[in-house]
Amino acid sequence: MISCAKAVQQLWEYLDGTSTQADRVLIEEHLKRCRRCCGELEFAHELRAFLVDAAHEDLPEDVLRRLNRTVEELDP
Amino acid sequence: MVVAQAGPDRGFRELAKEQLPRLLSLARRLVGDDAEDAVQDCLLKAFQRFDQLQDGAAAPSWLTSILVNCCRDRGRAGARRPVEIDVESIEDFSLYRRIAHEDPFPYSDSLHLDFLAEFGPEDVRAVLMRLPELYRLPLVVVYMDGFLVRELAEMLGVPLGTVLARLHRGRKLFEKQMWEYAEETGLLRGVPR
Repeated sequence: MISCAKAVQQLWEYLDGTSTQADRVLIEEHLKRCRRCCGELEFAHELRAFLVDAAHEDLPEDVLRRLNRTVEELDP
Repeated sequence: MVVAQAGPDRGFRELAKEQLPRLLSLARRLVGDDAEDAVQDCLLKAFQRFDQLQDGAAAPSWLTSILVNCCRDRGRAGARRPVEIDVESIEDFSLYRRIAHEDPFPYSDSLHLDFLAEFGPEDVRAVLMRLPELYRLPLVVVYMDGFLVRELAEMLGVPLGTVLARLHRGRKLFEKQMWEYAEETGLLRGVPR
């Protein structure tokens, strides 16, 4: 079984789907046996979702209006 | 049968207006207060090169690529420097373990979520602005704007492995800066100990 340090190092790549098939198998085997790393995986998952959610924010209306005007001036 | 378009099926005006909110959001995370100017630069350049856009479906990544370059130019011109960060020393940092360390009752179900809930969009932007542009960019474009790592590599003209390495360091730096920001601004006071 790979060490916790190794598993934790690769958690995000695992979540992102960018790890190799061999690494995926090693991490999944580790996660089946290690409760602490499952907590860390869950948190990485939450943090990833948190970043995605933080992307939805209210934009300043006045700035959007000015930028829309720029588009109209460029392509009337 | 779907026939490939010879060019964008919509005009610049329609495509640009549709993409504006996304471009402004992205610029706000990349260059903060200079966002409006960066998007203005982007619109002007995109309009001048609009005949180079072959396919309307490629408009989001095409515009993003132009905006990223405009933001980089703005970032380089600006005097603001991010907080000094020792990139080499971050490998062992874990926000998860740091938060758990603060908790007198390890394995509490909600402590980590409580920590994240303290951060509003303004705080996230402030934390992002602390990162060097090199590491801020992949975090913003991949996680917050939903592009694939491969697409960002193509936009930047760098190998896939380079973007993956920057994304890895960016995540680590973001976690560490989240913790330090929470300590400095008193956000941690809201987290039950």
